[in-house]
Amino acid sequence: MGPLAINEIISENTNLFLAFIIGIGFGFVLEQSGFSSSRKLAGVFYGYDTVVLKVFFTAAITAMLGLLFFSLFGWIDLNLVYVNPTYLTSAIVGGIIMGAGFIMGGYCPGTSFCGASIGKIDALVFIGGLFIGVFIFGIGYDLWDGMYLANFLGAPKVSESLGLTDGIFAFLLIIIALAMFWVAEWAEKKFPREEY
Amino acid sequence: MTKSKERKVRPYINPYVGGVLLGLVLLAANFVSGRGLGASGAIKSTVVTAVTAVAPSASENTAFVKEFRESHEGNPMKTWLVFEMMGVLVGGFLSGAIAGRLKFKVEHSPKITSRRRLIFALAGGILFGFGSQLGRGCTSGSALSGMAVLSLGGFITMMAIFGTAFAMAYLFRKNWI
Repeated sequence: MGPLAINEIISENTNLFLAFIIGIGFGFVLEQSGFSSSRKLAGVFYGYDTVVLKVFFTAAITAMLGLLFFSLFGWIDLNLVYVNPTYLTSAIVGGIIMGAGFIMGGYCPGTSFCGASIGKIDALVFIGGLFIGVFIFGIGYDLWDGMYLANFLGAPKVSESLGLTDGIFAFLLIIIALAMFWVAEWAEKKFPREEY
Repeated sequence: MTKSKERKVRPYINPYVGGVLLGLVLLAANFVSGRGLGASGAIKSTVVTAVTAVAPSASENTAFVKEFRESHEGNPMKTWLVFEMMGVLVGGFLSGAIAGRLKFKVEHSPKITSRRRLIFALAGGILFGFGSQLGRGCTSGSALSGMAVLSLGGFITMMAIFGTAFAMAYLFRKNWI
């Protein structure tokens, strides 16, 4: 059955319309969770507000389990679902640069749009920076295409790389997430902060 | 007279409930399109469109635009992530309207000025924009969506993003606490 667009159950235009609807859900949930506030987002790195950690890992696990169960029920063909390819060097270096941008700017791209939608000027300026950053990457592409394409590993699953089945890996990730949630709850009590 | 001051701001939802809901949105994205959520991809589409409009001949020869065109047929603005991000603006606005959080402001720690906050926001945005291209997606497209499909690269990028931000947090503490 799924993915609907790839199996041509829905047309390309329907797919784009649903993208818009899914985007509304995405933006709504981000804002309701507090992701429109940079100080709330940055809180995870100081322990005073760990909403990012809780929402992020709960979401990843929910979607991961959803996909595994959908596959089990025959509702989705996981072979047709895009698995992000792994270019080891750029995954690490890109992640490091993004991490620096995160702690300096207080947003990531998705959350900055969410913040801008409720009037945060700092989010709007962050978005301006995003455009400049993408543009710089584009014009200087020849300078870093070596790094961009280095150490291509295909599109391996983390479970395969660790020699585990998808189910066992998901189970271990849930245990790890629960341990992190426990630390997060402790940190929020230890480093309390009034409303901001 | 006091009525406007009593503008009620609703509290945020429970983060675990928010996480489950976000996970369901991500699941829906995969079920419908066969791919997860994203954000930086929409910015890339916009940048490609803008440079193509401003300098058509020069941009067609750059590897960045070429590579984009090879993987995206037709109008670069008619892509899944562009429509999704338009939805994000609408969804965020609706949520903010319902909760009473619509307000123009520069959010920053009382220890720093708005100006300093905006300079750091711009610098952070530039770095994040650049990094998202190198890392083939941002926190949404690479880290979160990658993790949901168990992508090794997704997990690595997620750890690099959060690990670096955590390691550098002390340097920038004045901006936040």
